[in-house]
Amino acid sequence: MHIVVCVKQVPDTKIIKINPKTNTLDRRSAPAILNPYDAHAVQEAVKIKENTGGTISVLSMGPPQATAVIKKSIEIGADRGFLITDRAFAGADTLATSYALSKALERINKEIPVDMVICGKHAIDGDTGQVGPGIARRMDIPPVTNVIEVSEVNQKEKTVLIKRKLTSGYELIQSEMPCLLTVEKEINGIEYSPMPNMIKAARYEPIIWAVSDLENVDRTQLGLKGSPTIVGKMFTPPRPEGGKRLEGSADEQVGQLMEVLMEKRDLLTMQSSK
Amino acid sequence: MNLDDYRGVWVFIEQNDSKIEGVSLELLGAGRKLADKLQVPLAGFLLGHDVKPLANQVISFGADVVYVIDHLVLKHYRTESFMKGVMLLAQKYKPEIILYGATPNGKDLASAVATDLSTGLTADTTMLDVDVENRLLEASRPAFGGNIMATILCKKHRPQMATVRPKVMKALDPDSSRLGKIIEEKIDLKEEEMRTKVLQIVNDVTKKANLADAHVIVCGGKGMGDFQNFQLIHELAETIGASVGGTRDVVEAGWLPHEQQVGQTGETVTPKIYFAIGISGAIQHVVGMKNSEFIIAINKDPNAPIFDVATYGIVGDAMEIVPKLIEQFKQLRSEKGGEISYA
Amino acid sequence: MPEKFDVIIVGAGPAGTSCALTCAKNGLNVLLIERGEYPGAKNVMGGVLYRKQMEELIPEFWKEAPLERPVIEQRFWMMDKESVVQFGYKGLEWAVEPYNNFTVLRAQFDQWFANKAVEAGALLINETVVTECIVENGKVVGVRTDRPDGEIFADVVVLADGVNSLLSKQLGFHKEFRPDEVALTVMEVINLPKEKINDRFNLEDNQGCTIEIFGDSTKGNLGTAFLYTNKDSLNIGVGTTLSSMIKAKLKPYELLDYLKNHPMVKPMLAGGESAEYLAHLIPEGGYRSVPKVAGNGVIVVGDAAQLVNAIHREGSNMAMHSGLLAAESILEAKSRGDFSEASLNIYREKLFDSFIIKDLEKYKDAAHTFEKYPQYFNDYVPMMNKAMSKFFTVDGTPKREKQKQIMKNVTAEKGTLKVLQDIYRAWKAVK
Repeated sequence: MHIVVCVKQVPDTKIIKINPKTNTLDRRSAPAILNPYDAHAVQEAVKIKENTGGTISVLSMGPPQATAVIKKSIEIGADRGFLITDRAFAGADTLATSYALSKALERINKEIPVDMVICGKHAIDGDTGQVGPGIARRMDIPPVTNVIEVSEVNQKEKTVLIKRKLTSGYELIQSEMPCLLTVEKEINGIEYSPMPNMIKAARYEPIIWAVSDLENVDRTQLGLKGSPTIVGKMFTPPRPEGGKRLEGSADEQVGQLMEVLMEKRDLLTMQSSK
Repeated sequence: MNLDDYRGVWVFIEQNDSKIEGVSLELLGAGRKLADKLQVPLAGFLLGHDVKPLANQVISFGADVVYVIDHLVLKHYRTESFMKGVMLLAQKYKPEIILYGATPNGKDLASAVATDLSTGLTADTTMLDVDVENRLLEASRPAFGGNIMATILCKKHRPQMATVRPKVMKALDPDSSRLGKIIEEKIDLKEEEMRTKVLQIVNDVTKKANLADAHVIVCGGKGMGDFQNFQLIHELAETIGASVGGTRDVVEAGWLPHEQQVGQTGETVTPKIYFAIGISGAIQHVVGMKNSEFIIAINKDPNAPIFDVATYGIVGDAMEIVPKLIEQFKQLRSEKGGEISYA
Repeated sequence: MPEKFDVIIVGAGPAGTSCALTCAKNGLNVLLIERGEYPGAKNVMGGVLYRKQMEELIPEFWKEAPLERPVIEQRFWMMDKESVVQFGYKGLEWAVEPYNNFTVLRAQFDQWFANKAVEAGALLINETVVTECIVENGKVVGVRTDRPDGEIFADVVVLADGVNSLLSKQLGFHKEFRPDEVALTVMEVINLPKEKINDRFNLEDNQGCTIEIFGDSTKGNLGTAFLYTNKDSLNIGVGTTLSSMIKAKLKPYELLDYLKNHPMVKPMLAGGESAEYLAHLIPEGGYRSVPKVAGNGVIVVGDAAQLVNAIHREGSNMAMHSGLLAAESILEAKSRGDFSEASLNIYREKLFDSFIIKDLEKYKDAAHTFEKYPQYFNDYVPMMNKAMSKFFTVDGTPKREKQKQIMKNVTAEKGTLKVLQDIYRAWKAVK
């Protein structure tokens, strides 16, 4: 069983700062972390491997310092890791990213055939969730997104049983392998890595590939050139009439508040889940 | 690619058990505006099994055309089969814009289709507009954890695609007298060629909302006084279907578990409505909630910093205000037969 | 069989990292263990980095380290409710290489610094808590972490685990701190555009200013406050001893809010946006609190050894220097093949020979003096403000006459003898 987990280094959006004047990301202050969903993806691979044996490879695209997230994945229990890094990848949107990653996967697959690719549901810096299904299409394997449980990995029949989260509830899917899964956080809890993993990760040197290390690459599909979308403008969301104090007696104030809330009735619904 | 070959605004009509998802109706409303600006027809496309009867509803919510592909293999959503259907339609009719609801299935489908069409896709859009002169879709979405908005454009590829967050756009009032065209397309799909099978679908609507994902949060602070009074926070939340949060003080006092703490050492939340009740607004709390869309603060102290970030502030005793609010909501609910709908 | 290292260092703050860097540079097999998500994640420093000690470790570090601004001006404020007496020094010699001090943001700086140790060959492990030292036959032989299979061994364990060093307590090197030995510092980073900072503090782009505030900044408690300029943010903070905090029933952020809203401070911050809020314990015991610093197979450095000069707010430089001295001692011990207490105690000698202990000794009574006699902050600062106000207010009174009146007011309020006593005591404490 060979599982490849795609991981991304992201700025921790919980502590991210935006320069209010330029509306750009203040990257100085935001520590770079392994995308939390991807950590669960690696953990799931480790769980699967406990039953099936085999190899877990992680794959990432990013600047040279993104080796940190590969090391982090080794801590969780991955066996080895690849980073594709090249100026040619810079400025990639989801389409160009899935292209570059699928080219690296092609090479990995040539060396050891891949049975399963696992990605996080989405990266917290982009929130798109589009790269995973994109890779699946390019590799021509079935994608199953929003996965909350993986069971019955049948290596002989090359099938796997998957629980997929829906807007309300879930569905049970049987998929052929190889397949690509994108996982939700609730699929597992991140285990506290044992000390030997930590030391192994601290010593580990990821395998680094540039575009020239990949085969049959159409350079027009990489990076900025290969990205159909561009950012037109950035702006701060307008804050509606901020800081207004309501006046009058308690009853009057409650009355005014109810009026305001009714104006916003499309915001307030009986369903509280996004 | 000749961009002028592509005309029309399309909306993916997502249905489950022959019921159209709310977001698809919302997108018909949003798509209608775009189509009118561009002076092109608005189309919905509907894939599934026995779904043709839904086409009239799609028209009543604003579509001029409904494309329908009906096939047994399309009974349940699957990326591979649905994608084939969308590819067939998009390549034949060449729309310039396709919108999908940002639901698990909508996002999944749009991502796969974008890859095969080699076109741009903007995820989780919350604002839509068009640059009429250049016929460009302006899809805006929160970026970097919701702190700022980015407008994404797709200049050289068609169709321009976006997934749109549910409950952001407004559906039109249905008009059953509206007229439209229904076009059926045939597709060749074989179950034995499908690499995934849906074995079972389980509906579960009771699952409690996670704080970070909640649309509406009622958050209480130490100003509630004691554990007994804090129950008012729960009562208000229950009445309006909100999630409950608390400040660090509240969690430390043991009135709430840590998972429900909002602030620097707790959750960072960005709900649409945030009630801050009995909360002074210390920095470590404010950093965790200041990006909420609409903030209502109730506090005794007129100088409490929470009022600086609040959209609306009430200076008053929570013990007096909150019960009145609960009463008002309850009244509304009983008038409307159990649902709070303000229409 | 668990691995054995030459040195295990617990804590990747300035002390631990400088020790790791020096050991690794000299070919030792070093494991550096940090409990935070990354080095710097759990650290709060007033934000001043001293050039001298850093330069000993990494020459010309200012060319690559993530620094904010070189400090070219140091101001001191004696603050009353609605007034302030200021003095300070600004010199352009500090605006050019090799500079004097820098303002830094710890989260970035510590990460960069720890990376230097990693580049030198140290292994860094984050998010790992060392729960105890493994002691065999009276000798520390390794550490136990909270991770599965979490035991690791080494010739020497260096404790750089911060002020509340549980590990040195476990070894009986020191007891629980008394609340008056530990200061609580609360600080906030406030984002403010560069141009505004330059205007308000009268600075150019690559120039910084530090303001140390005494008096009303701490609501009459023993302690000091500070306001430092970063590139496009300010560090504002206030520290007071835990004991006076408990006595006054104050919450840390109440103290900071008070300072931020002080009429002398508020305009400096206007329009800024809070970016980060942190609270941290700082040992303020000084010379009297320095515990045992070496034992069989173990050395204590930095805050864990209480190496902080409360008066001059120097912690990071002492920490770094102690880390360096510890590394030198370990290297010497290694060459002797002897890691016993007797062998490692060379570190204690080095410490006592260095500026660290000399400075601590010099100020050993300062904190206690100020704690015991709160009049320094509560009485003299307002008095000074009144005096200045009187002196500078143009009302037709001759200056000589004013001076007389001022002295009269002072002695009338406190009594001549009392004033003289206080002056003498303060002078003795900090001379």
